[in-house]
Amino acid sequence: MTAVLNPTDADVVIRLRGIRNQFGRHVVHDGLDLDVYRGEILGVVGGSGTGKSVLLRSIAGLQIPAEGQIEVLGTNVRTASEEARIALEQRWGVMFQDGALFSSLNVRENVEVPMRAVKGLDPALRRALADLKISLSGLPYLAGDKYPAELSGGMRKRAGLARALALDPEIVFLDEPTAGLDPIGAADFDNLIRQLSETMGLTVFLVTHDLDTLHAICDRIAVLAERKVLVTGTMQDMLKVDHPWIHEYFHGPRARAAIGSNSESKKA
Amino acid sequence: MTETQIVLETDSAGAKLTLRGAVSILNVTELHQKLRQSLASAEVTLDLSGVTRIDTAAAWAIAEVEKSAEAMQRPLHMTGATPHAMSLLATVRKALPKPDLDQAAPLTWAGRITAFGQAVAAGFAFVADLIAYFGLFLVRLVQSLRHPRDFRLTALVHHCQEVGVKAVPIVALMSFLIGIVLAFQGSTQLRQFGAEVFVVDLIAVSILRELGILLTAIIVAGRTASAFTAAIGSMKMREEIDAMRTLGIDPAAALFVPRILALFLMLPILGLLANLSGLIGGALMSWIDLGISPMMFKTRLIEGTDISHLMVGMIKAPAFALIIGVVGCHAGMQVGNNAESLGQKTSAAVVTAIFAVIVADAVFSIFFAKVGL
Repeated sequence: MTAVLNPTDADVVIRLRGIRNQFGRHVVHDGLDLDVYRGEILGVVGGSGTGKSVLLRSIAGLQIPAEGQIEVLGTNVRTASEEARIALEQRWGVMFQDGALFSSLNVRENVEVPMRAVKGLDPALRRALADLKISLSGLPYLAGDKYPAELSGGMRKRAGLARALALDPEIVFLDEPTAGLDPIGAADFDNLIRQLSETMGLTVFLVTHDLDTLHAICDRIAVLAERKVLVTGTMQDMLKVDHPWIHEYFHGPRARAAIGSNSESKKA
Repeated sequence: MTETQIVLETDSAGAKLTLRGAVSILNVTELHQKLRQSLASAEVTLDLSGVTRIDTAAAWAIAEVEKSAEAMQRPLHMTGATPHAMSLLATVRKALPKPDLDQAAPLTWAGRITAFGQAVAAGFAFVADLIAYFGLFLVRLVQSLRHPRDFRLTALVHHCQEVGVKAVPIVALMSFLIGIVLAFQGSTQLRQFGAEVFVVDLIAVSILRELGILLTAIIVAGRTASAFTAAIGSMKMREEIDAMRTLGIDPAAALFVPRILALFLMLPILGLLANLSGLIGGALMSWIDLGISPMMFKTRLIEGTDISHLMVGMIKAPAFALIIGVVGCHAGMQVGNNAESLGQKTSAAVVTAIFAVIVADAVFSIFFAKVGL
């Protein structure tokens, strides 16, 4: 019943098999399977409480599933040795919903935190690289000296992205990257993600509710429902699925607006 | 995977830098250094044909040196770059941050004096602010007494338990130990004059007049002022206080009045318990060390110690309670919206509360000495 795109040539960077997550007697995921391919932007959607963030946290190793296999870049996250895990963590970056910046450090120092793990990196170079990442994330140069409390929500997200990209990871996890942004800021952020994923060859795993984001930048969409990934595929595939929730989601008035406006702009 | 190599060859014609393998943040320091070195030559060639992976850090080093080469009018040729590397370089070039223009002004004497003056002014403003909070507390207290239905009795009882009942064990134990110390130290000194029996007066006067209530206030300041600041501060941090305001709930009435009032009611009781357990500790040690029986201790206590000593001690308790409560609540409201300020304000609240309690105690001492109590 899954409409997988099946790009056989692309290699799998994240492989989930039979994931089971539960909190007490409340089962969030049961027998969840998902593949993420190198270089793609995968959007994960699902109703509130279907465990989108829990899934992201499981892959990033912040939540240990009760059962199942999680393989990221060929390393099994659950059974990996301490060194393998640390090496793996340098190959991915996570942007949390509100940036999760360290409030006692300014933006530049926040971006420098992951770089401190690199041995022999000159402090002056580190500073310059942090400034570059801040600038790449679309923040003004002087934002580096600001503290997270002095930034707006959108700027905090960009700073969080800059920190996630500090070590040029292969995979970035984004938790609701455009939530709480105004439409212009959200569109800018979408473009930024697309552009960075193209130039840096990033694989992006993003959890979102934003239909515009899904339509504008996601190569593939995975729908979480009934405790598993119910279906994956492109936006066009989603429109054909006749599961009631998915139909409602992709055929609701908001979805029609997002899809309609985007196809119009593509024609123009 | 090919091993990463950064090879710099220089001859009379110019420098040639050959990169191989994965150039990334792991070897950017070396790359940047060699690129800088190559700028000493008349002409620089950068061969990227052997590069398997390039990240933004390496691209930054190249773009940055490119810019200096341009400024020095040194030709820099790049060969063998993949389209991916070129697009990454283009993105990085565009994002290259502009240099910082405004430098921090050097510290002058005038600046230092200004900063000192500002600090002094801030100190006065802080005291004025505390007095304003005390006034606010009084106003809200009177208002809530006028409208008893709005009074938060449940909150008051809860805070009485938190600041009062739960502090009893630590306060009693501390005071008991202080009594023992006083008896022990007093007896060794007084024995030299054969005046052992006066140890009872020593213990009674020092505990009832000063130590019982002062040490209780210090413990409560550490326990409760920090708890008030942390509770109110974290509510402030998560905008709960703003939410209360928009719902028409006054934060002072809802948060300050029950807390400060609870402290006001509980601290005298805690002080009394501290006095009692201090005397018990003293009596026990006098009995063991000096053979003064508990009955004799009691007789001597009643004969030799005037009730005014107890009064002088107890009268200070409500004042200390108000100081601790106001300082704790005020510090809580000063918390900004980051986690660090919560910690800062909490420790500042404890230090301020203890300091203010000791200052107040000194003022009371002078006052009682003047009126002859």
